[in-house]
Order: sequence, then C-alpha cells, then structure tokens
Amino acid sequence: MSLVSLRNVVKRFGAHEVLKGITLSIEEGETVAVIGRSGSGKSTLLRCLNALEAVQEGEMTVAGIAVTSPDADLNRLRARVGMVFQSYNLFPHLTVERNVKLALKLVRKMSDAQAAQVARAMVGKVGLADKLQAYPDELSGGQQQRVAIARSLAMQPSMMLFDEITSALDPELVGEVLRVLEELAREGMTMMLVTHEMNFARNVADRVIFMHDGRIHEDGPSQEILRDPQTPELKAFLAAVLH
Amino acid sequence: MIRDFALADFGFLLMAARWTVLLSLAAALGGGVLGLAIAVLRIVPVAPLNWFAIGYINLIQGTPLLGQLFVLFFGLPLFGLSVDAWTAAVVALSLYSSAFLGEIWRGSLQAVPQRQWEAGAALGLTYRQRFSHVVLPQAVRISVAPTVGFLVQIVKNTSLTALIGFVELTRASQIMTAATFAPLTVYLAAAAIYFVLCFSLSWASQVLERRLHVAR
Repeated sequence: MSLVSLRNVVKRFGAHEVLKGITLSIEEGETVAVIGRSGSGKSTLLRCLNALEAVQEGEMTVAGIAVTSPDADLNRLRARVGMVFQSYNLFPHLTVERNVKLALKLVRKMSDAQAAQVARAMVGKVGLADKLQAYPDELSGGQQQRVAIARSLAMQPSMMLFDEITSALDPELVGEVLRVLEELAREGMTMMLVTHEMNFARNVADRVIFMHDGRIHEDGPSQEILRDPQTPELKAFLAAVLH
Repeated sequence: MIRDFALADFGFLLMAARWTVLLSLAAALGGGVLGLAIAVLRIVPVAPLNWFAIGYINLIQGTPLLGQLFVLFFGLPLFGLSVDAWTAAVVALSLYSSAFLGEIWRGSLQAVPQRQWEAGAALGLTYRQRFSHVVLPQAVRISVAPTVGFLVQIVKNTSLTALIGFVELTRASQIMTAATFAPLTVYLAAAAIYFVLCFSLSWASQVLERRLHVAR
C-alpha cells in the first residue's frame, strides 16, 4: 500500500476552495517536489497531510492512518510524519538539545538519557554537534533550520514534509540546508517538499508535482517534467522562475 | 508638642513600611490567583464566560482604586457587613490587581506565535503538552517585565489605603509629620523607602529575565 494516498481531497477556507479535488499517491522512498505559484495550494496540501489543516471532502490515508476518518488519532499521525517549516519554529526557551529531546520524552516516552543520546546523534548528523547547548537565538538561520530538521528526524518518522524550508534563509545559507536534504534523499527517506529551488527539484527529487489553481496540473519524473513541460501553465511558470 | 525628626522616627517609618510590604504581597497573591482565573475565563471558548471576564475587567479598570476602597470600607457596613481596614485594603487591592494581571497574562499567552503551537503539534504533542511545555513557558517569560511593572504600581498604590486609616508607610508619614512638623524630611524619607522597595523589584525582574532566557 502507498505511504500516502489521497482521493478527491477538497480543502476550503470558508467559501474559498484551496484544494479542488486532489488525488495522489506516494510510495515509500520517493522524493517528491511540489512546485507552483504562490496561492496554488501547495503549502496547504502539505499541511493537510499531517492534519495541521482539516480537509472537507475526500479520503486520505497517510502512514497507515486514515486521516479523514472521524476517530483518527492525529497526534499519532503527526508523530509518524515529520514536518519542517519555513520559519524554523524552534522553541526559543529551550537549548538545541532540549528542543530535540522534548517530543522524544513526551511522545516517544524515552528516558532523559536515551533522548539525550538520540539528540546528540541527530544534531551531529546535521553537523551541529558543538551547538547542543546553544539557544536558538544564538544560531544563524541555516543552523536553526538544520536543528529543526534534526528535531523532526529524531522522531524516526515514516516520511518528512518540508514547507519552503529555504525561503526565509539568506542565499549563502541555503546550500547547507539543501545538502542535509540531499543526504536524506540518498538514505531513502520518503520526502515531500514544497520548494522554489528548481535545480534542487531537478537534481534531487524523483518526481515533481506542479500545482495550479488548487489542482495537480502535472505530475511525473522530475527530469522529464522540468525539461519538457506539457501544459502552457507549467511552461509559463518555469519561464518565470528560471528567467 | 513639636519635636525634631530623629533616627528613632525613621525606625517608626520602617516598621510601618512592613505593612506596605505585607499588603503588597497579599494583593499580589490574591490578585495573582484571581487574575489567573480571569485570564482563563477570558480565553476559554465559552462566550458567556468571556463576557463575564470582560465585564469584570472593564468594571475594575474603569473605576478608581480609591473608590473601590471606599465602597468596601464605608459601603459594606451600610449593609450590616463591617470590615476592618486591613481586610478592605487586601480585598480591594486584590480585585484591582486581578483585573490588570489577568489582562497582562492573557496578552502574554496570546503573544506566543501560533507557529509555536503548530511546531508542537507537528511533533505529535497533545494539546496539553503543547500548552504546558511549549506555550506556557514562553508566555511566562513574556509576562515577567509587565507583571513586575504592575507589582511596582501595587506597592505605590497601597498608599491609598492611608485614606481608610490603614497605618502603612504613607499613613505613618502623616502621623509623623503631625508630631514633628517636618513634612519635607518625613515625606522624603518615606519616598526613599518606596524607592528602595520598587527599585529592588525592577532589578529582580531584570535578573529573572536574563535567567529565563527571554526570547529576543
């Protein structure tokens, strides 16, 4: 069974329909880049997958949990699906180590020593072992975003969602974050990322989804889709972002 | 019989300042507990409770503290409920503080960005865990400065209880002035004591803020 499967998912904010019937499946190990203009629904799609937004119609199963069923355990879903945000959203009152340990202890019920061990390993993985005792405001944006990734990975999720995670970074800090993502993709982590980094989408993602006006407009292998767009909408979009 | 203001008289003021401190503590404690309740009533998703809290806050904030003191001390006996000056002072100052502290704390809770709730949710934390481990600690940090700022106001506002005859620092200064006829000296001494009390609070607040790693 697919890790993610959506059938005719509709999301409305009041009368405004943001997702107009999304049908989609993602297999284990896939790296999927979601591209499209702002307002096309790509971030909303991502936020629906871990139920930060509730959907109004359709069926959705993510990581073995029927999200759209009324008795779905959403906290359990979110513990299985990691998410990293554009604005990092580290907890400013906790050190890097305690940021990572918090959910391990509260959700995974690890002892402090176990959680500390995982935190050291994960923060080391993103290259910040020397920052374990630092507070978020003592780190650069790129470092904070790497910690946010480590915090999410520490939960050993079945898949990761990345919502424009390099958009708030200074250009010279984007590379260090993308390198972490590349490594994750190589390790076979299932990932879905909303991004404006077309080179990254082409080189690292297996698959690209182009969203337009609340619908999946094109969907296919990344090289093909980006080299040979089929619809005038994607052609226009690529022309605009690639200059 | 007029005499000079002496060191022993300064001691008299200090002893009276004890009551200023005790009254401030009682008001902070009573106002704190009530204020917490008001903050909760103000944010729970039950409209009538919100209205009640808003009405209470407006009533207390919209009337002078002195008026509240008079109503309690002179008004209640008209209904056969006589209260002594200490009780009236503690109750009035607690009610007064609760309206302000409640609003300060509600504001602090709401000042924690929505994104922090989401970050907690995305890690699988339950609503309670998000509140108690992510949002509340940040709200407490945000509230330190305005809370202590308001406590400084409380210390100074205890002086109003002199008008219902409660012998704290200000009332003691009036008594001392009558005895020594040296108002400038007496009131300067009283002002110095108030200053030391209030400045210590502000200083403690700054130390606390540094310790708690308040988000910048």
